Amino acid sequence: MIDTVKNAESTPDQEQPYKELGLKDDEYARIKEILGRRPTDAELAMYSVMWSEHCSYKSSKVHLKYFGETTTDGMRSKMLAGIGENAGVVDIGDGWAVTFKVESHNHPSYVEPYQGAATGVGGIVRDILAMGARPLAVMDPLRFGKPDAEDTKRVLPGIVAGVGGYGNCLGLPNIGGEVVFDESYQGNPLVNALCVGAMRVEDLHLAHASGTGNKVILYGARTGLDGIGGVSVLASETFDDSVGKRKKLPSVQVGDPFTEKVLIECSLELFEKGIVVGIQDLGGAGLSCATSELASAGDGGMHVWLERVPLRATGMTPAEILSSESQERMCAVVEPANVEAFMEVCQKWDVIATEIGEVTDGDRLVITFNDEVVVDVPPRTVAHEGPVYNRAIQRPADQDELQANTPDSLPRPENVLALIKTMAASPNLASKKWVTQQYDRYVRGGTVLAQPSDSGMIRIDEETHRGVALSTDCNGRYTKLDPYEGARLALAEAYRNVAATGATPVAVTNCLNFGSPEDPAVMWQFEQAVKGLADGCAELGIPVTGGNVSFYNQTGSTAILPTPVVGVLGVIDDVRRRIPTGIGAEAGETLLLLGETREEFGGSEWAHHVHGHLGGLPPKADLQREKLLGQILVAGSRDGMVSAAHDLAEGGLAQALVETCLIGETGARVFLSGDLFTELFSESAGRVLVAVPRTEEQRFTDMCTARALPWRKVGVVDPESNALEIQGLGELPLDELREAWEGTLPALFD
Amino acid sequence: MRVGVITFPGTLDDVDAQRAVKYADGEAVPLWHGDHDLKGVDAVVVPGGFSYGDYLRCGAIARFAPVMQEVIEAANKGMPVLGICNGFQILAEAHLLPGALVRNHKLHFVCRDQWLSVENNTTAWTSRYDLEAEILVPLKSGEGGYQADEDTLKELEDNNRVVFRYVGENPNGSRNNIAGITNAKGNVVGLMPHPEHAIDALTGPTDDGLGMFLSLLDTVVKA
Repeated sequence: MIDTVKNAESTPDQEQPYKELGLKDDEYARIKEILGRRPTDAELAMYSVMWSEHCSYKSSKVHLKYFGETTTDGMRSKMLAGIGENAGVVDIGDGWAVTFKVESHNHPSYVEPYQGAATGVGGIVRDILAMGARPLAVMDPLRFGKPDAEDTKRVLPGIVAGVGGYGNCLGLPNIGGEVVFDESYQGNPLVNALCVGAMRVEDLHLAHASGTGNKVILYGARTGLDGIGGVSVLASETFDDSVGKRKKLPSVQVGDPFTEKVLIECSLELFEKGIVVGIQDLGGAGLSCATSELASAGDGGMHVWLERVPLRATGMTPAEILSSESQERMCAVVEPANVEAFMEVCQKWDVIATEIGEVTDGDRLVITFNDEVVVDVPPRTVAHEGPVYNRAIQRPADQDELQANTPDSLPRPENVLALIKTMAASPNLASKKWVTQQYDRYVRGGTVLAQPSDSGMIRIDEETHRGVALSTDCNGRYTKLDPYEGARLALAEAYRNVAATGATPVAVTNCLNFGSPEDPAVMWQFEQAVKGLADGCAELGIPVTGGNVSFYNQTGSTAILPTPVVGVLGVIDDVRRRIPTGIGAEAGETLLLLGETREEFGGSEWAHHVHGHLGGLPPKADLQREKLLGQILVAGSRDGMVSAAHDLAEGGLAQALVETCLIGETGARVFLSGDLFTELFSESAGRVLVAVPRTEEQRFTDMCTARALPWRKVGVVDPESNALEIQGLGELPLDELREAWEGTLPALFD
Repeated sequence: MRVGVITFPGTLDDVDAQRAVKYADGEAVPLWHGDHDLKGVDAVVVPGGFSYGDYLRCGAIARFAPVMQEVIEAANKGMPVLGICNGFQILAEAHLLPGALVRNHKLHFVCRDQWLSVENNTTAWTSRYDLEAEILVPLKSGEGGYQADEDTLKELEDNNRVVFRYVGENPNGSRNNIAGITNAKGNVVGLMPHPEHAIDALTGPTDDGLGMFLSLLDTVVKA
């Protein structure tokens, strides 16, 4: 029997499996208080999923407010939409608006690597589409356990194939991301997916359902039993054994990129025709989320006839229909006069579209199933007024001990030249070609830079050549040592990567991956990281336009390294002046190191790879310096003074030299003074290696000097040589270095 | 020069093919899979992607699309037709070209800049290249291994119908390193690599692919 509102009123004491659905006693009591009765099965399904950590941000909300508090009007001036919308939107000039966002799909990807990763891509792409934008490119920051662990061999190939399988089939170039290995991700890999899209400023669509009498249309794939997760508890109660055993479908959703590609083109044609009032994608929490969010953001109520939803399974209950996370579905609000035109476009693309509801003048979300009311709730209580927790915060007891355990006493290498090769072959620094080669980076013909460049860059406007650059970064080891500084360092690196390609950083998104919020030590890391990131953004003067929080990333009671992945978006007014990463593009180049090198090895790749050591303090981030460095790089690109640039990060100058030589297929002679180990492997922030044509050397260095940016000449590019020579140490043939750099991942995963 | 570019549901590289036609001073004419006429075009490009989601088998459903019946008829009468990647798979399924494309031998999707040698510069699409010229264009496919029986391979080799061959390591297990072939008349060419992604060194590895579209211009002007 279907549990109706009438039934709920007459059976107030019926026991409900709210605990199995993840609701706490007081949360369940609050639902009863809101409704003045017990919830129906369908209502319980809605509240439980919408009040989950993933949908409600109940543990993070109080901290995330800080992003808004630290964003000034000046920072906001280019923002067309921000936190709270499906994705942040930025005005990039020439009448273009760009929208971008990262989201996590960590847990599903551990359970089912291929589908988990694939639907992660699918979900973020629909978020971008729901802003009215054409999705243009994707990036995927990924983190795995030890590279040689059995489970990594199960998880990594599946996740990479899933990211590629879905994105390639959607026709979106994959222009960058990260692949990082650390033991802490062993039972909890991180799959973050970023999508960027563009639209004309006037085409921005926001998710709301205004206008009494407007129709609610569900279009895209049919709704099935996949991705139902916790709600199967309700299902198993409804369908007892006497009815016949119900086949449980995986709680990880199954993606169909072909359907999504058609859905994208169909949606864009609908937007172009101007017949969509409001739009919302169906992601986590499915129809529960879409209907309650649309209604909550609008100015009226909504009535939904649930039996109209096209299904791909028989006998689905209202609770199941509402919580299904079947992929490739969108919900639109359309004026009655436009419904016919809407349906015509859907028919052209063979997309199933069904009028499932109507905007009403009340303030209730009413859902009926075959004329019986199964949901009758104030939509804001579902979508926006969920529980808020002020979780306990406690600096970990061993944080001091961790910071006191500095890398100072670690034995320094005897053979520094050999270490260059050893480090280049280490899994975290090794070429990620094995991964990125499985992603299409060319489709749509707008990709100007992709991995292994410092940032991905795409052309937005073919006439003006305006484009955007994007980079995502985070070093979890730095964040573990000092969450506040670690978040600033992640921001600094992403900012620097964008500037190193000649683009001006303008906006920030994030994906905050942490352990359990019920652990006060984790909450301390989270609070510190949010503060560090927000303060850093304020210092750089660029706003956070959106983000995502993923908690409960841990194995047993051991949390992952705190991993606040930061994405920075930059604008370049002419992509033809982008700065490449590899040297050798111009005859006669000088190598300059911008910034200062200090002895900073806390959390470094050297300490990690060679000594398995994590302790001390991370490098210091000087954001004023980063800002200046960015301005110098953009000016250098604008005036054609820089022919290559590569940011210094993990692995220090040594790794930057190896990469710039190998990517450019050109040798170099390098001369350094002082302690060569520190010069080559320290991970001091705020540094970029640039190649300048000899004819521009004077002009460029004069500019650095005039603006007080420390610079040093560290070598020359040598097109005649097939080696990286470090004076005083010897030379490393490029083919040997390439074998080391490119051989590691194939040896592990082929 | 008016060149039709077909869009099936799931086609991805249609925008790139249209751009390549424009770069060669041609007019790109969008053709929809359900169209029953070719709108008077001089030539047709069947672009890459995942037509109909690659369901059943790559290209197996697309060959039955209404527009393909027109393409088959026109190709048999001598109209220049180019199939790129999924387009090559579709032309093979439509029997305009012999053989089949199968899963890459290493089972992964491969996206890389690929050197090709031009083995035949007498087709409608390759006249601008020097014979044995080496060109660098993107290859991006999961099912790009060219397979055919011995008789077909002999027929292709003996009659100079291999148009492009992979240079260096074979990226997908193709027989005889075959990257592209032509029909007996030389008007229909299919290849797995993507010349339309190599028309400008800004967004591609080179502009080596533009030669195919400029070759077509010569072919159409001469006709």
